[in-house]
Amino acid sequence: MTEMTNTAAGNPFTYAPAPESRAIVDIAPSYGLFIDGEFTESSGQEMVKTVSPATEEVLAEYTQGTGEDVDRAVRAARKAFSTWSALPGAERAKYLFRIARIIQERSRELAVLETLDNGKPIRETRDADLPLVAAHFFYYAGWADKLGHAGFGPNPRPLGVAGQVIPWNFPLLMLAWKIAPALAAGNTVVLKPAETTPLSALFFADICRQAGLPKGVVNIVTGDGRTGEALVTHPGIDKVAFTGSTAVGKAIARQVAGTGKRLTLELGGKGANIVFDDAPIDQAVEGIVTGIFFNQGQVCCAGSRLLVQESIQDELLDALKRRLATLRLGDPLDKNTDIGAINSAEQLARITALARTGEAEGAERWSAPCELPSSGFWFPPTLFTGVTQAHTVARDEIFGPVLSVLSFRTPDEAVAKANNSQYGLSAGIWTEKGSRILAVANKLRAGVVWANTFNKFDPTSPFGGYKESGFGREGGRHGLEAYLDV
Amino acid sequence: MSESARLHVFKTYKLYVGGKFPRSESGRVYEVTDAKGTWLANAPLSSRKDARDAVVAARKAVGGWSGATAYNRGQILYRVAEMLEGRREQFVREVADAEGLSKSKAAAQVDAAVDRWVWYAGWTDKIAQVVGGANPVAGPFFNLSTPEPTGVVAVLAPQESSFLGLVSVIAPVIATGNTAVVVASERAPLPALSLGEVLATSDLPGGVVNVLSGRTAELAAPLAAHQDVNAIDLTGAVADESLAKELEIAAADNLKRVLRPRAEEWATEPDIHRMTAFLETKTVWHPTGALGAAGSSY
Repeated sequence: MTEMTNTAAGNPFTYAPAPESRAIVDIAPSYGLFIDGEFTESSGQEMVKTVSPATEEVLAEYTQGTGEDVDRAVRAARKAFSTWSALPGAERAKYLFRIARIIQERSRELAVLETLDNGKPIRETRDADLPLVAAHFFYYAGWADKLGHAGFGPNPRPLGVAGQVIPWNFPLLMLAWKIAPALAAGNTVVLKPAETTPLSALFFADICRQAGLPKGVVNIVTGDGRTGEALVTHPGIDKVAFTGSTAVGKAIARQVAGTGKRLTLELGGKGANIVFDDAPIDQAVEGIVTGIFFNQGQVCCAGSRLLVQESIQDELLDALKRRLATLRLGDPLDKNTDIGAINSAEQLARITALARTGEAEGAERWSAPCELPSSGFWFPPTLFTGVTQAHTVARDEIFGPVLSVLSFRTPDEAVAKANNSQYGLSAGIWTEKGSRILAVANKLRAGVVWANTFNKFDPTSPFGGYKESGFGREGGRHGLEAYLDV
Repeated sequence: MSESARLHVFKTYKLYVGGKFPRSESGRVYEVTDAKGTWLANAPLSSRKDARDAVVAARKAVGGWSGATAYNRGQILYRVAEMLEGRREQFVREVADAEGLSKSKAAAQVDAAVDRWVWYAGWTDKIAQVVGGANPVAGPFFNLSTPEPTGVVAVLAPQESSFLGLVSVIAPVIATGNTAVVVASERAPLPALSLGEVLATSDLPGGVVNVLSGRTAELAAPLAAHQDVNAIDLTGAVADESLAKELEIAAADNLKRVLRPRAEEWATEPDIHRMTAFLETKTVWHPTGALGAAGSSY
């Protein structure tokens, strides 16, 4: 495959750099917490730096929220709940529509910010994250005055104060998934963004200000797992919504037990992307790339296990490697970049360790030929062949640009292997045969099944896992249920 | 010989597991009395091993039952109502004894339980239309959200309502294609064990419902911790907060779906939450393709 390498100097097809300007974002040197409608200092002293994963440049420092801060935020949310929930739904709807519009107006600014803080390519923040963020607020805005028609009885009530903890892979999108349905249903929220990506949530606080959202309806408390635990265990919240690792999800489920707090969990995955011998190969290759290399594979619903029918394995792998060699890894702010930086040094270490385990257990490793920048956190698109179901790389969620390739002969075998996982979040099916799509989709134990496509999202569509990928759904009318007393 | 002189034939109550009627593997029984303390029967005192056997039977039945058509499941649930109606007198007597009710009050409970089977029989082929459907995606895709059964559901039946409550927690679980391991009311297990006889003669495949009698806390612990149980209904632990909490913590190990206990009025018409609590939602996407820019003008 080396002849396909395009990083070599002198390649006539080399792109000129096309960097997006970062001048559009004005990042303050230091951030406090957003509680009761205003930025405020913490009761503690601890400040943390957030860096750009692509350069390790310090972007800003932010506050490590304390238990006392969480308590203040929950009280503010509780106080705001009585008036917010009593507002006519049509009024709540208008606030959400306003927020959606402001997100659209500030979309470019937020896309650049998200790329700086997260390391994902601007192409993704601009074309995927931000449009979906706005779409979620638009979608749930329309529910706010129609809750009686959502199928949960004539007068469904909000739960109260929601404590929401979100991950670093889609910082603003996960915020939208959590906050939009919560507010539409009449709840107030305290949200903790991830410790490596706090900035876009703090910018969202400013959007709430611009929208004139009543004080205390949205509160943002930054910090690490300690802050998250203080929030989840706070007796003043009525609902916990968490997206993140399965291990933390289980811990939260135990903490919430016996408290009566409602709980929804969106956890890990090890999605199977199944390619049958009659699949359109070029489209399948694109789907495999989207499935595992979108957001550097740091996606819970990533198609991280490729199940390919044995008869086309060689052909498919050749085509896949050829395609991977054309992926452009580098500056996330460059509009031509396909593969950005890994979100943190810690995550890079985890990916690196799991890839080493894959080699140590005898799987064959292949990485796309690309130069890695000298600073920042980087991992090349990588695939493992000769993988069996017992291999660690076929079982554990790697949460990085690492694809494990397994083969199968019959549809039954494909289904059995796909379902042989503690997880059940996503799956893909590639075949031209409609009846096979339906038969296989029917048998897969996964909350989202993409047939002849992958990693598509839409606010109208329920998303969530089977088995240990968590419970509850986000998106659609199902996503409202999580915030209503039904 | 006069009626009064005839010696009654007692019934040996047995478990209902995998379509069969075993005794507890432990060989243990416990004394079941009526509301006044008079001996009624010795019920099996199920062990942890019985609970595990029941899970194996329920797991084995998942494929066939969840794969049956909704129409077929509805027919079978209605058949349960038919068979129950035929044994009405037996259940009225057992419920009256179990709960210390008058014959007429017990009869009302049994009639309501029969009607509940009929109610859920009608749901099997409607729930997917009510909670699933096509989503209006903003893009060239078609997608469909469909409810699917979670799998094996452990059900702690209500302690007080030995029959109407029991039916009210079993029927919704199996209507949607799940299979169930049911722990009967600890104090009043006999109507539940007799229900097994009805289910066995109602075309319900063996293993779809498995009925255990014994100590709720003793049986619930291994069920809540069992890695092959997908969901648990804690209704029978409503009066024991610490037990319910303990079970919910154990259930977190494999992220079981948990239906928390809450006070219920069994006589009122139910809503669909007992069905949706044990359903997953699967969303399947497919590109719709594009037929060209010109479009159609109908």
